[in-house]
Amino acid sequence: MSEAFGTAVQLLAGLDPKLIEIVLLSLRVSITAVVLAALLGFPAGAAIAVGRFPGRRTLIVLLNAFMGLPPVVVGLVIYLLLSRAGPLGSFGILFTPSAMVIAQTVLILPIIAALSRQAIEDAWGEYQEQLRSLGASRLASALTLLWDTRFSLLTTVLAGFGRAAAEVGAVIIVGGNIDGVTRVMTTTIALETSKGDLPLALGLGIILIAIVVAVNAAAYLTKELVQRRYG
Amino acid sequence: MTNGTILPLRLHEVCFGVGSRAIIERISLEIEPGPSTIILGANGAGKSVLMRLMHGLLSPASGRVEWSGSERPGAPRKQAMVFQRPVMLRRSARANVEYALKIAGVPGAKRAPLVREALEGVGLSHLASRPARVLSGGEQQRLALARAWALHPEVLFLDEPTASLDPSATREVEAVIRAFDAAGTKIVMATHNLGQARRLGDEIVFLDRGRLVERTPVEQFFSQPQTAQAAAFIKGELPWTG
Amino acid sequence: MDRMRRLLLLALLAAALPAAAQEKFIVVASTTSTEQSGLFGYLLPIFQKKTGIQVRVVALGTGQALDLARRGDADVVFVHAKSAEEKFLEEGHGVKRFPVMYNDFVLIGPKSDPAKVAGGHDILAALKKIKSAQAPFVSRGDRSGTHIAELALWKAAGIDIEKDKGPWYKDTGQGMGPALNTAAAMNAYILSDRGTWISFKNRGDLVISVEGDKRLFNQYGVMLVNPAKHPSVKKDLGQTFVDWVVSPEGQNAIAGYKIGGEQLFFPNAGTPGA
Repeated sequence: MSEAFGTAVQLLAGLDPKLIEIVLLSLRVSITAVVLAALLGFPAGAAIAVGRFPGRRTLIVLLNAFMGLPPVVVGLVIYLLLSRAGPLGSFGILFTPSAMVIAQTVLILPIIAALSRQAIEDAWGEYQEQLRSLGASRLASALTLLWDTRFSLLTTVLAGFGRAAAEVGAVIIVGGNIDGVTRVMTTTIALETSKGDLPLALGLGIILIAIVVAVNAAAYLTKELVQRRYG
Repeated sequence: MTNGTILPLRLHEVCFGVGSRAIIERISLEIEPGPSTIILGANGAGKSVLMRLMHGLLSPASGRVEWSGSERPGAPRKQAMVFQRPVMLRRSARANVEYALKIAGVPGAKRAPLVREALEGVGLSHLASRPARVLSGGEQQRLALARAWALHPEVLFLDEPTASLDPSATREVEAVIRAFDAAGTKIVMATHNLGQARRLGDEIVFLDRGRLVERTPVEQFFSQPQTAQAAAFIKGELPWTG
Repeated sequence: MDRMRRLLLLALLAAALPAAAQEKFIVVASTTSTEQSGLFGYLLPIFQKKTGIQVRVVALGTGQALDLARRGDADVVFVHAKSAEEKFLEEGHGVKRFPVMYNDFVLIGPKSDPAKVAGGHDILAALKKIKSAQAPFVSRGDRSGTHIAELALWKAAGIDIEKDKGPWYKDTGQGMGPALNTAAAMNAYILSDRGTWISFKNRGDLVISVEGDKRLFNQYGVMLVNPAKHPSVKKDLGQTFVDWVVSPEGQNAIAGYKIGGEQLFFPNAGTPGA
């Protein structure tokens, strides 16, 4: 274990260009996925929270359930879609970072939608009467609530990012773990583990965790700052 | 441009219930411009539900709630409501008032002066930039009044606006209500506080167990209540119901 | 609403951009053991420098690699299971098979050697002893070239492994590295390619028990995926790779790859019937 820490420190200190490439790709893929999932998931969550339509409760149950989608299953399904033999094969996206982004977006979209739905529905309970009294339409209310629950939504985004950055099952299938092209932190850790280089794998794992912690810390501090200014 | 007054508001045999329980039973009532109307009654008498039926947040199970004139679609609403607990958005005091104007369709350039005026009217100009949620209970309630009043509604409904406030905050809020009344806004306020009813009201509409039992000018109500229930209420002997 | 749409487009472009950054590249489906031996890390930069073509290797088990090519998701296959490769050709998915190189398998086992096979050079005899001793044996079980070779050896030793396997035979369904990890943890025998074994660091108490038997020969073949059947195949770039790998230059490069001074792969593109 101590060897792993030593390896981790060495890798970081040495600023190994391969490592930096892998870290940057991991961040690029997962952050892009989170942004896309938020763009799709927040409006969906708000619409479900504020709307009234048949099948709403079934949809909520499914959304909550899909938070636990197994990454390998998502990877497999996206692979079959993007494969040359599949319906979207002609785009040639398989085994590129774009495919990884798509897979991770699909993976975390339910998390973003379900958690934002809950946060907004809670706020809707508090705000509904007042907003209706002011004459706000459902659409206007949904948008207002999205902004007002922004701190809870930030946590939702971080949850999504954490899930994306940590998963390996989806990206390894749709990305192919190609050296220099689609190799990210988690797939590298899987590779080094299977090669038997456990200290290196563990060292990379420590770096991955440190990065996720750093992202969360930055988000928390930003939130504190903004909250102090706007309440 | 039928921009005439929306008063009088007419309620005709309005009923409302939850499940099998009747909360409002066949209330017929006309709210006229002018005197401030106090909806008085014990807890559980149905005051809050009646307020919401009049404001339009609830629909009656039977009967009609009719405003006079007609509201132009898209025009600022002519009646507003202040609730017992104010609900403020996570933004500054000023932004909360502006929000109401935005929802009402007031164009951007025209909002700032209206907001300023409303905040001055309730004495909160010095707190305009403060996050609304950190204001005290009394300040938030005054802000709610500013927000409701910014559009210069004809009718202002208030549902037990000071029930959650301490005496000094209550005094501040009552002062604002009195000022709005003086400026010509029709006040319709629900309360169970006899002193407040006496201080702010011109006429009393007394509810007992979902029914309209008595309607009299304020002084007469307190000196010579016409019904046994009203008399008992004033004496503080009205039993808890349901 | 409009702003959101623009943001969405930007995000998609940002994600797609590197894929569009057009270098010439091909996708080669190969095996995990080949990749983990480090051969590609050494060989492909040489090829890229010469031709400007980037080779993107997707490393799977042999069975999976061939299936990947059957779906048209690879331009070239580079695996080591001749019978499976020939079946691939028969099905029309490949153009032509060229032998490239060979390395060998070794029987790895615990130092304690419960089946008493250490130091031998007869793999079939060793397997028979392992079965009678019911010594723990880890199989990859993943339709890889190594797995196919292992099954062939059991058969050659006269053992119907499907029928005769007991709890001593661990079918793990894993790649070479993880299977070695498992064997190290269980102190079991396992058939491995020499390349992966040399680079493998988590050996525990395992050593080479049997080596040198000609039957442990592991032949690699390369095939261009058939563009007639899979129009998306980059046939010119792929053919360039196939041609280079069997050319004297490519063959020399393969021979030049060493770990700890030891040559891992022996080029034999010229050998008939390989």
